[in-house]
Amino acid sequence: MANFLVFAETRGAELRKVAGEAVSVARRLADATGGGEVHALVAGPSGVGQKAETLGRFGADVVLVVEHVALTTFAREAIAETVAQRANSASYRAIVLGFSAQGRDLGPRLAAKLDAPLVSDVTDVEITGDSLTVKHPAYANKVIVTLTVSGAPAIVSVRPSAFTATESPRAARLEPLAPAVDPTAGRVKVVQVIEGARGRPDLADAPVIVAGGRGLKAPENFKLVEDLADAFGNAAVGATRAVTDEGWRPHADQIGQTGRQVSPQLYVAVGISGAIQHLAGMRSSKTIVAINKDREAPIFKVADYGIVGDVLEVVPALTQAVREAKKGH
Amino acid sequence: MKIAVCIKRTPDSETRFRIGASGSAIDEGGVKFDMDDFASYAVEVALQLKEKTGPGEVVAIALGPDNVQETLRKAMSMGVDRGIQLKADAVPFDGLAIAKALAAELEAGAFDLIFFGKHAFDTGSGVVGTATAELLDLPCVTAASKLEIANGKGTARRELEGAAEMVEFSLPAVVTIDEGIARPRYPSLKGIMAAKKKPLEAKPAQLGTPRVAVKGMALPPDRPPGRIIGEGSAAVSELVKLLQTEAKVL
Repeated sequence: MANFLVFAETRGAELRKVAGEAVSVARRLADATGGGEVHALVAGPSGVGQKAETLGRFGADVVLVVEHVALTTFAREAIAETVAQRANSASYRAIVLGFSAQGRDLGPRLAAKLDAPLVSDVTDVEITGDSLTVKHPAYANKVIVTLTVSGAPAIVSVRPSAFTATESPRAARLEPLAPAVDPTAGRVKVVQVIEGARGRPDLADAPVIVAGGRGLKAPENFKLVEDLADAFGNAAVGATRAVTDEGWRPHADQIGQTGRQVSPQLYVAVGISGAIQHLAGMRSSKTIVAINKDREAPIFKVADYGIVGDVLEVVPALTQAVREAKKGH
Repeated sequence: MKIAVCIKRTPDSETRFRIGASGSAIDEGGVKFDMDDFASYAVEVALQLKEKTGPGEVVAIALGPDNVQETLRKAMSMGVDRGIQLKADAVPFDGLAIAKALAAELEAGAFDLIFFGKHAFDTGSGVVGTATAELLDLPCVTAASKLEIANGKGTARRELEGAAEMVEFSLPAVVTIDEGIARPRYPSLKGIMAAKKKPLEAKPAQLGTPRVAVKGMALPPDRPPGRIIGEGSAAVSELVKLLQTEAKVL
Protein backbone atom coordinates (compact mmCIF):
# COMPACT_ATOMS: atom_id res chain seq x y z
CA MET A 1 0.00 0.00 0.00
CA ALA A 2 1.53 3.27 -1.10
CA ASN A 3 0.41 6.87 -1.46
CA PHE A 4 0.78 8.96 -4.60
CA LEU A 5 1.03 12.71 -5.10
CA VAL A 6 -0.41 14.40 -8.18
CA PHE A 7 0.29 17.90 -9.41
CA ALA A 8 -3.16 18.81 -10.77
CA GLU A 9 -2.41 21.51 -13.28
CA THR A 10 -4.55 24.63 -13.67
CA ARG A 11 -4.67 27.61 -16.00
CA GLY A 12 -6.16 30.58 -14.20
CA ALA A 13 -8.80 29.02 -11.93
CA GLU A 14 -9.57 26.16 -14.34
CA LEU A 15 -8.23 22.62 -14.14
CA ARG A 16 -6.47 21.46 -17.29
CA LYS A 17 -7.62 18.23 -18.90
CA VAL A 18 -4.31 16.50 -18.12
CA ALA A 19 -4.96 17.03 -14.38
CA GLY A 20 -7.79 14.48 -14.48
CA GLU A 21 -5.64 12.11 -16.53
CA ALA A 22 -2.79 12.36 -14.00
CA VAL A 23 -5.17 11.69 -11.08
CA SER A 24 -6.53 8.64 -12.92
CA VAL A 25 -3.04 7.26 -13.48
CA ALA A 26 -2.19 7.75 -9.80
CA ARG A 27 -5.48 6.12 -8.74
CA ARG A 28 -4.71 3.04 -10.82
CA LEU A 29 -1.16 2.82 -9.43
CA ALA A 30 -2.37 3.29 -5.83
CA ASP A 31 -4.93 0.53 -6.33
CA ALA A 32 -2.23 -1.71 -7.79
CA THR A 33 -0.22 -1.34 -4.59
CA GLY A 34 -3.20 -2.53 -2.54
CA GLY A 35 -5.17 0.68 -2.13
CA GLY A 36 -3.06 3.63 -1.05
CA GLU A 37 -4.24 7.22 -1.13
CA VAL A 38 -4.02 9.72 -3.97
CA HIS A 39 -3.26 13.27 -2.91
CA ALA A 40 -3.80 15.91 -5.58
CA LEU A 41 -2.16 19.29 -5.17
CA VAL A 42 -3.96 22.09 -6.95
CA ALA A 43 -2.52 25.60 -7.05
CA GLY A 44 -4.25 28.70 -8.31
CA PRO A 45 -6.06 31.88 -7.36
CA SER A 46 -8.68 32.02 -4.62
CA GLY A 47 -11.57 29.69 -5.44
CA VAL A 48 -9.49 27.03 -7.16
CA GLY A 49 -10.30 24.68 -4.27
CA GLN A 50 -13.78 24.30 -5.74
CA LYS A 51 -12.20 22.05 -8.33
CA ALA A 52 -11.62 19.47 -5.61
CA GLU A 53 -14.86 17.71 -6.47
CA THR A 54 -13.67 17.04 -10.02
CA LEU A 55 -10.42 15.57 -8.74
CA GLY A 56 -12.37 13.40 -6.29
CA ARG A 57 -14.42 12.10 -9.18
CA PHE A 58 -11.26 10.75 -10.82
CA GLY A 59 -10.01 9.18 -7.62
CA ALA A 60 -8.27 11.75 -5.40
CA ASP A 61 -8.69 10.99 -1.68
CA VAL A 62 -7.19 14.29 -0.56
CA VAL A 63 -7.00 17.60 -2.39
CA LEU A 64 -4.25 19.93 -1.20
CA VAL A 65 -5.41 23.43 -2.05
CA VAL A 66 -2.80 26.13 -2.51
CA GLU A 67 -4.54 29.45 -3.09
CA HIS A 68 -2.74 32.72 -3.76
CA VAL A 69 -3.50 35.56 -6.14
CA ALA A 70 -0.03 35.25 -7.68
CA LEU A 71 -0.81 31.66 -8.67
CA THR A 72 -3.20 32.86 -11.39
CA THR A 73 -0.19 32.44 -13.67
CA PHE A 74 2.45 29.72 -13.45
CA ALA A 75 4.68 30.81 -10.56
CA ARG A 76 7.10 28.00 -11.30
CA GLU A 77 9.58 28.49 -8.49
CA ALA A 78 6.97 28.74 -5.74
CA ILE A 79 5.00 25.80 -7.10
CA ALA A 80 8.10 23.61 -7.39
CA GLU A 81 9.13 24.42 -3.83
CA THR A 82 5.61 23.80 -2.50
CA VAL A 83 5.28 20.42 -4.23
CA ALA A 84 8.80 19.44 -3.14
CA GLN A 85 8.15 20.35 0.50
CA ARG A 86 4.93 18.38 0.49
CA ALA A 87 6.70 15.40 -1.04
CA ASN A 88 9.38 15.61 1.65
CA SER A 89 6.86 15.83 4.47
CA ALA A 90 5.08 12.62 3.53
CA SER A 91 6.11 9.33 2.02
CA TYR A 92 5.00 9.07 -1.60
CA ARG A 93 5.76 6.20 -3.94
CA ALA A 94 5.53 8.50 -6.95
CA ILE A 95 4.60 12.01 -8.06
CA VAL A 96 2.46 12.14 -11.19
CA LEU A 97 2.12 15.22 -13.39
CA GLY A 98 1.45 16.07 -17.03
CA PHE A 99 4.13 16.40 -19.71
CA SER A 100 2.65 19.77 -20.61
CA ALA A 101 4.20 23.23 -20.82
CA GLN A 102 3.97 23.42 -17.01
CA GLY A 103 4.97 19.82 -16.36
CA ARG A 104 8.00 20.00 -18.65
CA ASP A 105 9.24 22.81 -16.42
CA LEU A 106 8.13 21.45 -13.07
CA GLY A 107 9.24 17.80 -13.45
CA PRO A 108 12.99 18.47 -13.73
CA ARG A 109 12.83 21.03 -10.92
CA LEU A 110 11.26 18.43 -8.61
CA ALA A 111 13.76 15.77 -9.66
CA ALA A 112 16.66 18.06 -8.73
CA LYS A 113 15.10 19.35 -5.51
CA LEU A 114 14.13 15.89 -4.27
CA ASP A 115 17.08 14.07 -5.86
CA ALA A 116 14.44 11.75 -7.31
CA PRO A 117 14.39 9.85 -10.61
CA LEU A 118 12.21 11.39 -13.34
CA VAL A 119 10.67 9.82 -16.43
CA SER A 120 9.15 12.20 -18.97
CA ASP A 121 6.46 11.89 -21.60
CA VAL A 122 5.18 8.55 -20.38
CA THR A 123 2.46 6.71 -22.33
CA ASP A 124 2.17 3.64 -20.10
CA VAL A 125 3.10 2.91 -16.50
CA GLU A 126 3.02 -0.26 -14.41
CA ILE A 127 3.91 -0.95 -10.82
CA THR A 128 4.62 -4.38 -9.36
CA GLY A 129 6.17 -4.65 -5.95
CA ASP A 130 9.21 -2.40 -5.87
CA SER A 131 9.46 -2.06 -9.59
CA LEU A 132 8.06 0.82 -11.59
CA THR A 133 8.20 0.46 -15.36
CA VAL A 134 7.13 2.96 -17.99
CA LYS A 135 6.89 3.26 -21.74
CA HIS A 136 8.20 6.43 -23.34
CA PRO A 137 8.17 7.20 -27.06
CA ALA A 138 11.64 8.50 -27.96
CA TYR A 139 13.47 9.44 -31.16
CA ALA A 140 10.44 11.56 -32.09
CA ASN A 141 7.99 8.67 -31.57
CA LYS A 142 10.00 6.36 -33.82
CA VAL A 143 11.18 4.11 -30.98
CA ILE A 144 9.23 3.01 -27.91
CA VAL A 145 11.55 2.76 -24.92
CA THR A 146 10.74 0.72 -21.82
CA LEU A 147 12.36 2.27 -18.75
CA THR A 148 12.69 0.99 -15.22
CA VAL A 149 12.82 3.51 -12.42
CA SER A 150 14.50 2.76 -9.11
CA GLY A 151 13.92 4.72 -5.94
CA ALA A 152 11.07 6.68 -4.44
CA PRO A 153 9.46 9.01 -5.02
CA ALA A 154 9.60 8.38 -8.76
CA ILE A 155 8.48 11.38 -10.77
CA VAL A 156 6.29 10.36 -13.70
CA SER A 157 5.18 12.95 -16.23
CA VAL A 158 2.45 11.60 -18.46
CA ARG A 159 1.83 12.52 -22.11
CA PRO A 160 -1.40 14.52 -22.40
CA SER A 161 -4.26 12.46 -23.92
CA ALA A 162 -2.25 9.20 -23.70
CA PHE A 163 -4.31 8.19 -20.66
CA THR A 164 -8.05 8.51 -20.18
CA ALA A 165 -9.45 10.17 -17.10
CA THR A 166 -11.79 7.52 -15.73
CA GLU A 167 -14.27 7.90 -12.93
CA SER A 168 -13.46 6.43 -9.55
CA PRO A 169 -15.51 8.76 -7.40
CA ARG A 170 -14.91 9.55 -3.77
CA ALA A 171 -15.52 12.56 -1.56
CA ALA A 172 -12.11 14.14 -1.49
CA ARG A 173 -10.96 15.70 1.79
CA LEU A 174 -9.84 19.29 1.32
CA GLU A 175 -6.67 20.43 3.02
CA PRO A 176 -5.48 24.00 2.59
CA LEU A 177 -1.75 24.27 2.07
CA ALA A 178 0.27 27.47 2.27
CA PRO A 179 2.77 28.17 -0.51
CA ALA A 180 6.22 27.14 0.72
CA VAL A 181 7.70 30.40 -0.53
CA ASP A 182 6.15 33.74 -1.50
CA PRO A 183 4.74 33.28 -5.03
CA THR A 184 5.30 36.97 -5.80
CA ALA A 185 9.04 36.73 -5.08
CA GLY A 186 10.20 34.42 -7.87
CA ARG A 187 13.26 35.15 -10.01
CA VAL A 188 11.23 34.23 -13.11
CA LYS A 189 8.07 36.34 -13.27
CA VAL A 190 5.19 36.03 -15.69
CA VAL A 191 4.54 39.56 -16.98
CA GLN A 192 1.93 38.73 -19.61
CA VAL A 193 -0.18 35.83 -20.84
CA ILE A 194 -1.02 36.01 -24.53
CA GLU A 195 -4.18 34.11 -25.31
CA GLY A 196 -4.27 32.14 -28.56
CA ALA A 197 -7.04 32.01 -31.13
CA ARG A 198 -10.31 32.06 -29.26
CA GLY A 199 -12.83 29.30 -29.57
CA ARG A 200 -10.39 26.64 -30.74
CA PRO A 201 -9.09 23.80 -28.61
CA ASP A 202 -5.36 23.30 -28.29
CA LEU A 203 -3.57 20.73 -30.45
CA ALA A 204 -3.00 18.58 -27.35
CA ASP A 205 -6.68 18.46 -26.40
CA ALA A 206 -8.50 18.51 -29.74
CA PRO A 207 -10.20 15.33 -30.95
CA VAL A 208 -9.84 16.59 -34.54
CA ILE A 209 -6.87 18.38 -36.09
CA VAL A 210 -6.83 19.93 -39.56
CA ALA A 211 -3.28 20.71 -40.67
CA GLY A 212 -2.03 22.50 -43.74
CA GLY A 213 1.19 22.27 -45.74
CA ARG A 214 2.88 23.97 -48.62
CA GLY A 215 0.38 22.40 -51.03
CA LEU A 216 -1.92 25.27 -50.04
CA LYS A 217 0.36 27.42 -52.20
CA ALA A 218 -0.24 30.76 -50.42
CA PRO A 219 -0.79 31.89 -46.82
CA GLU A 220 -4.26 33.28 -47.59
CA ASN A 221 -5.38 29.77 -48.59
CA PHE A 222 -4.99 28.70 -44.96
CA LYS A 223 -8.51 30.05 -44.62
CA LEU A 224 -9.65 26.76 -46.23
CA VAL A 225 -8.02 24.86 -43.36
CA GLU A 226 -9.66 27.17 -40.81
CA ASP A 227 -13.04 26.74 -42.50
CA LEU A 228 -12.76 22.95 -42.46
CA ALA A 229 -11.77 23.06 -38.77
CA ASP A 230 -14.83 25.26 -38.10
CA ALA A 231 -17.03 22.76 -39.92
CA PHE A 232 -15.87 19.98 -37.60
CA GLY A 233 -16.58 22.36 -34.73
CA ASN A 234 -14.13 20.89 -32.24
CA ALA A 235 -10.96 20.98 -34.32
CA ALA A 236 -7.55 22.54 -33.79
CA VAL A 237 -5.44 23.89 -36.63
CA GLY A 238 -1.84 22.82 -37.23
CA ALA A 239 0.81 23.29 -39.87
CA THR A 240 3.97 21.73 -41.25
CA ARG A 241 7.44 23.02 -40.58
CA ALA A 242 7.71 24.30 -44.16
CA VAL A 243 4.70 26.49 -43.55
CA THR A 244 5.82 27.84 -40.17
CA ASP A 245 9.32 28.46 -41.54
CA GLU A 246 7.70 30.53 -44.31
CA GLY A 247 5.90 32.52 -41.64
CA TRP A 248 2.43 31.55 -42.89
CA ARG A 249 1.59 30.31 -39.41
CA PRO A 250 3.17 30.80 -35.97
CA HIS A 251 5.84 28.29 -34.93
CA ALA A 252 3.61 27.16 -32.06
CA ASP A 253 1.28 25.56 -34.65
CA GLN A 254 3.98 23.32 -36.07
CA ILE A 255 3.30 19.59 -35.90
CA GLY A 256 6.33 17.38 -36.33
CA GLN A 257 9.49 16.14 -34.84
CA THR A 258 10.70 19.53 -33.67
CA GLY A 259 7.19 20.86 -33.04
CA ARG A 260 4.11 19.46 -31.37
CA GLN A 261 3.46 15.75 -31.26
CA VAL A 262 -0.20 14.95 -31.51
CA SER A 263 -2.49 11.94 -31.58
CA PRO A 264 -6.08 13.07 -32.20
CA GLN A 265 -9.00 10.83 -33.16
CA LEU A 266 -8.94 12.36 -36.64
CA TYR A 267 -6.07 14.09 -38.44
CA VAL A 268 -6.77 15.78 -41.76
CA ALA A 269 -3.59 16.56 -43.73
CA VAL A 270 -4.24 19.23 -46.34
CA GLY A 271 -1.57 19.77 -48.98
CA ILE A 272 1.00 17.96 -46.84
CA SER A 273 3.50 15.73 -48.63
CA GLY A 274 4.42 13.77 -45.50
CA ALA A 275 8.11 14.38 -44.81
CA ILE A 276 9.49 12.05 -42.12
CA GLN A 277 9.88 15.07 -39.85
CA HIS A 278 6.13 15.74 -40.11
CA LEU A 279 5.03 12.10 -39.84
CA ALA A 280 6.97 11.85 -36.58
CA GLY A 281 4.54 14.34 -35.06
CA MET A 282 1.24 12.82 -36.16
CA ARG A 283 1.57 9.18 -37.15
CA SER A 284 0.00 7.96 -33.91
CA SER A 285 -3.27 9.72 -34.81
CA LYS A 286 -6.17 7.27 -34.79
CA THR A 287 -7.55 8.05 -38.25
CA ILE A 288 -5.60 9.98 -40.89
CA VAL A 289 -7.13 11.66 -43.93
CA ALA A 290 -4.84 13.11 -46.63
CA ILE A 291 -5.66 15.39 -49.52
CA ASN A 292 -2.79 15.99 -51.90
CA LYS A 293 -2.21 16.59 -55.59
CA ASP A 294 0.70 14.15 -55.83
CA ARG A 295 -0.37 10.50 -55.81
CA GLU A 296 3.20 9.47 -54.89
CA ALA A 297 3.36 11.72 -51.78
CA PRO A 298 4.50 9.72 -48.69
CA ILE A 299 1.50 10.98 -46.70
CA PHE A 300 -0.66 8.50 -48.65
CA LYS A 301 1.37 5.62 -47.15
CA VAL A 302 0.01 6.43 -43.69
CA ALA A 303 -3.39 7.84 -44.65
CA ASP A 304 -6.40 5.64 -43.88
CA TYR A 305 -8.32 7.65 -46.46
CA GLY A 306 -6.54 9.54 -49.22
CA ILE A 307 -7.95 11.80 -51.89
CA VAL A 308 -5.74 12.72 -54.83
CA GLY A 309 -6.64 16.19 -55.98
CA ASP A 310 -6.21 19.93 -55.82
CA VAL A 311 -6.73 21.05 -52.22
CA LEU A 312 -8.22 24.34 -53.42
CA GLU A 313 -11.03 22.34 -55.00
CA VAL A 314 -11.40 19.34 -52.66
CA VAL A 315 -11.20 21.12 -49.29
CA PRO A 316 -14.13 23.52 -49.83
CA ALA A 317 -16.23 20.56 -51.02
CA LEU A 318 -15.24 18.58 -47.92
CA THR A 319 -16.01 21.56 -45.67
CA GLN A 320 -19.48 21.76 -47.18
CA ALA A 321 -20.04 18.01 -46.80
CA VAL A 322 -18.87 17.99 -43.17
CA ARG A 323 -21.19 20.91 -42.39
CA GLU A 324 -24.10 18.97 -43.82
CA ALA A 325 -23.14 15.77 -42.03
CA LYS A 326 -22.97 17.68 -38.72
CA LYS A 327 -26.38 19.22 -39.41
CA GLY A 328 -27.84 15.80 -40.00
CA HIS A 329 -26.99 14.69 -36.44
CA MET B 1 29.18 38.29 -21.50
CA LYS B 2 30.24 34.76 -20.65
CA ILE B 3 27.91 32.15 -22.08
CA ALA B 4 27.88 28.34 -21.88
CA VAL B 5 25.96 26.13 -24.31
CA CYS B 6 25.41 22.49 -23.42
CA ILE B 7 25.07 20.43 -26.58
CA LYS B 8 24.31 16.83 -27.44
CA ARG B 9 25.26 14.54 -30.30
CA THR B 10 22.18 12.72 -31.60
CA PRO B 11 21.26 10.57 -34.61
CA ASP B 12 20.10 12.20 -37.84
CA SER B 13 16.39 12.72 -37.39
CA GLU B 14 15.58 11.26 -40.83
CA THR B 15 16.97 7.86 -39.79
CA ARG B 16 14.85 4.75 -40.22
CA PHE B 17 15.73 3.10 -36.95
CA ARG B 18 16.39 -0.56 -36.25
CA ILE B 19 16.74 -2.01 -32.78
CA GLY B 20 20.19 -3.41 -31.96
CA ALA B 21 20.88 -7.02 -30.99
CA SER B 22 20.87 -6.14 -27.28
CA GLY B 23 17.21 -5.16 -27.59
CA SER B 24 17.84 -2.10 -25.46
CA ALA B 25 19.54 0.30 -27.87
CA ILE B 26 19.18 1.40 -31.46
CA ASP B 27 21.40 -0.24 -34.06
CA GLU B 28 23.90 2.54 -34.79
CA GLY B 29 25.22 0.84 -37.93
CA GLY B 30 25.01 3.26 -40.85
CA VAL B 31 23.33 5.93 -38.70
CA LYS B 32 24.67 9.48 -39.11
CA PHE B 33 25.10 11.59 -36.00
CA ASP B 34 25.27 15.35 -35.70
CA MET B 35 24.65 18.16 -33.24
CA ASP B 36 21.05 17.94 -32.01
CA ASP B 37 18.69 20.41 -33.72
CA PHE B 38 17.67 22.15 -30.50
CA ALA B 39 21.30 22.35 -29.37
CA SER B 40 22.14 24.04 -32.67
CA TYR B 41 19.44 26.66 -32.03
CA ALA B 42 20.98 27.21 -28.59
CA VAL B 43 24.44 27.67 -30.12
CA GLU B 44 23.03 30.19 -32.60
CA VAL B 45 21.28 32.15 -29.84
CA ALA B 46 24.51 32.27 -27.83
CA LEU B 47 26.57 33.44 -30.81
CA GLN B 48 24.09 36.15 -31.76
CA LEU B 49 24.02 37.37 -28.18
CA LYS B 50 27.80 37.58 -28.01
CA GLU B 51 27.92 39.41 -31.33
CA LYS B 52 25.38 41.90 -30.05
CA THR B 53 26.73 42.52 -26.57
CA GLY B 54 30.39 42.87 -27.46
CA PRO B 55 33.41 41.16 -25.90
CA GLY B 56 32.72 37.86 -24.28
CA GLU B 57 33.12 34.16 -24.58
CA VAL B 58 30.92 31.27 -25.66
CA VAL B 59 31.90 27.85 -24.33
CA ALA B 60 30.31 24.63 -25.60
CA ILE B 61 30.07 21.62 -23.30
CA ALA B 62 29.19 18.08 -24.34
CA LEU B 63 29.07 14.90 -22.27
CA GLY B 64 29.97 11.55 -23.74
CA PRO B 65 32.64 9.41 -25.38
CA ASP B 66 35.28 10.89 -27.71
CA ASN B 67 32.88 11.08 -30.65
CA VAL B 68 31.31 14.18 -29.02
CA GLN B 69 34.55 16.01 -29.82
CA GLU B 70 33.33 16.15 -33.41
CA THR B 71 30.13 17.88 -32.21
CA LEU B 72 32.16 20.33 -30.13
CA ARG B 73 34.35 21.09 -33.17
CA LYS B 74 31.22 21.80 -35.16
CA ALA B 75 30.08 24.29 -32.50
CA MET B 76 33.51 25.91 -32.66
CA SER B 77 33.32 26.07 -36.46
CA MET B 78 30.07 28.01 -36.05
CA GLY B 79 31.93 30.50 -33.83
CA VAL B 80 32.02 29.07 -30.29
CA ASP B 81 35.34 30.00 -28.65
CA ARG B 82 36.24 26.76 -26.91
CA GLY B 83 34.91 23.32 -26.02
CA ILE B 84 34.77 21.09 -22.98
CA GLN B 85 34.18 17.34 -23.21
CA LEU B 86 32.94 15.68 -20.06
CA LYS B 87 34.20 12.19 -20.74
CA ALA B 88 31.84 9.29 -20.17
CA ASP B 89 31.74 5.86 -21.84
CA ALA B 90 28.09 6.34 -22.66
CA VAL B 91 25.42 8.98 -22.18
CA PRO B 92 22.87 7.67 -19.68
CA PHE B 93 19.13 7.93 -20.36
CA ASP B 94 18.72 9.43 -16.87
CA GLY B 95 18.67 13.22 -17.32
CA LEU B 96 19.30 13.98 -13.64
CA ALA B 97 22.51 11.92 -13.69
CA ILE B 98 23.71 14.06 -16.62
CA ALA B 99 22.56 17.29 -14.99
CA LYS B 100 24.73 16.51 -11.96
CA ALA B 101 27.84 16.22 -14.13
CA LEU B 102 27.04 19.45 -15.98
CA ALA B 103 26.26 21.33 -12.77
CA ALA B 104 29.59 20.23 -11.29
CA GLU B 105 31.37 21.64 -14.36
CA LEU B 106 29.31 24.85 -14.67
CA GLU B 107 29.33 25.75 -10.98
CA ALA B 108 32.66 27.57 -10.96
CA GLY B 109 32.35 28.91 -14.52
CA ALA B 110 30.87 32.32 -13.61
CA PHE B 111 28.59 32.23 -16.66
CA ASP B 112 26.04 34.98 -17.20
CA LEU B 113 23.87 32.65 -19.24
CA ILE B 114 23.74 28.91 -19.77
CA PHE B 115 21.81 27.61 -22.77
CA PHE B 116 20.43 24.17 -23.56
CA GLY B 117 18.11 22.82 -26.25
CA LYS B 118 14.61 22.33 -24.81
CA HIS B 119 15.13 18.60 -25.29
CA ALA B 120 17.24 16.29 -27.40
CA PHE B 121 15.87 14.27 -30.28
CA ASP B 122 17.01 10.91 -28.88
CA THR B 123 15.50 10.80 -25.39
CA GLY B 124 12.95 13.56 -25.99
CA SER B 125 12.75 13.97 -22.23
CA GLY B 126 13.72 17.61 -21.69
CA VAL B 127 15.15 17.05 -18.23
CA VAL B 128 18.79 18.11 -18.28
CA GLY B 129 18.62 21.90 -18.74
CA THR B 130 15.99 22.68 -16.12
CA ALA B 131 17.40 20.16 -13.64
CA THR B 132 20.89 21.66 -14.04
CA ALA B 133 19.44 25.10 -13.28
CA GLU B 134 17.88 23.80 -10.07
CA LEU B 135 21.10 22.10 -9.01
CA LEU B 136 22.93 25.40 -9.55
CA ASP B 137 20.08 27.34 -7.88
CA LEU B 138 19.77 29.60 -10.92
CA PRO B 139 16.59 31.07 -12.40
CA CYS B 140 15.45 29.03 -15.38
CA VAL B 141 13.19 29.57 -18.37
CA THR B 142 12.21 26.27 -19.96
CA ALA B 143 11.56 26.24 -23.73
CA ALA B 144 11.97 29.88 -24.70
CA SER B 145 10.72 30.68 -28.20
CA LYS B 146 11.89 34.31 -28.05
CA LEU B 147 14.62 35.87 -25.96
CA GLU B 148 15.86 39.41 -25.26
CA ILE B 149 18.73 40.20 -22.95
CA ALA B 150 19.31 43.79 -21.83
CA ASN B 151 20.58 45.57 -18.71
CA GLY B 152 21.33 42.40 -16.78
CA LYS B 153 17.81 41.15 -17.27
CA GLY B 154 16.10 38.76 -19.65
CA THR B 155 12.68 38.61 -21.24
CA ALA B 156 11.46 35.42 -22.88
CA ARG B 157 8.38 34.10 -24.56
CA ARG B 158 7.22 30.57 -23.82
CA GLU B 159 4.57 28.69 -25.75
CA LEU B 160 1.78 27.20 -23.68
CA GLU B 161 -1.02 25.02 -24.97
CA GLY B 162 -3.09 27.46 -27.01
CA ALA B 163 -1.47 30.51 -25.43
CA ALA B 164 1.93 31.97 -24.60
CA GLU B 165 3.49 33.64 -21.60
CA MET B 166 6.07 36.41 -21.42
CA VAL B 167 8.46 36.08 -18.49
CA GLU B 168 11.14 38.31 -17.03
CA PHE B 169 14.12 36.91 -15.22
CA SER B 170 17.34 38.02 -13.60
CA LEU B 171 20.85 36.98 -14.68
CA PRO B 172 22.77 34.74 -14.29
CA ALA B 173 20.21 32.28 -15.60
CA VAL B 174 19.62 29.07 -17.52
CA VAL B 175 17.45 29.16 -20.64
CA THR B 176 16.40 26.12 -22.67
CA ILE B 177 15.72 26.92 -26.30
CA ASP B 178 12.63 26.04 -28.34
CA GLU B 179 12.36 25.97 -32.11
CA GLY B 180 11.65 29.15 -34.07
CA ILE B 181 14.02 31.36 -32.12
CA ALA B 182 16.94 31.43 -34.59
CA ARG B 183 18.14 29.58 -37.68
CA PRO B 184 21.51 28.00 -36.98
CA ARG B 185 24.26 29.28 -39.27
CA TYR B 186 26.29 26.97 -41.46
CA PRO B 187 29.96 26.82 -40.54
CA SER B 188 32.06 28.78 -43.04
CA LEU B 189 35.26 27.30 -44.48
CA LYS B 190 37.18 29.88 -42.45
CA GLY B 191 35.23 28.83 -39.37
CA ILE B 192 36.02 25.17 -39.97
CA MET B 193 39.75 25.94 -40.29
CA ALA B 194 39.71 28.15 -37.18
CA ALA B 195 37.87 25.50 -35.15
CA LYS B 196 40.79 23.08 -35.53
CA LYS B 197 43.01 25.42 -33.50
CA LYS B 198 40.50 26.30 -30.79
CA PRO B 199 41.01 24.78 -27.33
CA LEU B 200 39.13 21.58 -26.52
CA GLU B 201 39.54 20.35 -22.98
CA ALA B 202 38.57 16.81 -21.95
CA LYS B 203 37.94 15.82 -18.35
CA PRO B 204 36.05 13.01 -16.62
CA ALA B 205 32.30 13.52 -16.15
CA GLN B 206 31.09 13.38 -12.56
CA LEU B 207 27.87 11.61 -13.46
CA GLY B 208 25.22 10.99 -10.84
CA THR B 209 24.10 7.41 -10.28
CA PRO B 210 21.53 6.61 -12.97
CA ARG B 211 18.21 5.43 -11.55
CA VAL B 212 16.33 5.39 -14.82
CA ALA B 213 17.51 2.48 -16.95
CA VAL B 214 16.56 1.28 -20.42
CA LYS B 215 14.97 -2.15 -20.18
CA GLY B 216 14.09 -2.48 -23.84
CA MET B 217 13.44 -0.68 -27.10
CA ALA B 218 10.94 -1.53 -29.81
CA LEU B 219 9.64 0.00 -32.99
CA PRO B 220 6.06 1.25 -32.79
CA PRO B 221 3.46 -0.93 -34.47
CA ASP B 222 3.09 -0.20 -38.19
CA ARG B 223 0.02 1.60 -39.38
CA PRO B 224 -2.11 -0.33 -41.81
CA PRO B 225 -1.04 0.48 -45.39
CA GLY B 226 -2.51 3.71 -46.79
CA ARG B 227 -5.55 3.68 -49.03
CA ILE B 228 -6.47 6.16 -51.73
CA ILE B 229 -10.26 6.29 -51.97
CA GLY B 230 -10.63 8.53 -55.01
CA GLU B 231 -9.76 11.63 -56.94
CA GLY B 232 -10.92 15.23 -56.68
CA SER B 233 -14.09 16.52 -55.04
CA ALA B 234 -15.98 13.55 -56.46
CA ALA B 235 -14.41 11.45 -53.68
CA VAL B 236 -15.66 13.72 -50.88
CA SER B 237 -19.01 12.00 -50.33
CA GLU B 238 -17.28 8.61 -50.06
CA LEU B 239 -14.83 10.09 -47.54
CA VAL B 240 -17.61 11.51 -45.39
CA LYS B 241 -19.41 8.16 -45.47
CA LEU B 242 -16.24 6.32 -44.36
CA LEU B 243 -15.60 8.84 -41.59
CA GLN B 244 -19.15 8.25 -40.34
CA THR B 245 -19.54 4.52 -40.72
CA GLU B 246 -16.05 3.00 -40.66
CA ALA B 247 -13.84 5.37 -38.65
CA LYS B 248 -16.82 6.69 -36.65
CA VAL B 249 -15.19 10.06 -36.11
CA LEU B 250 -17.88 12.23 -37.67
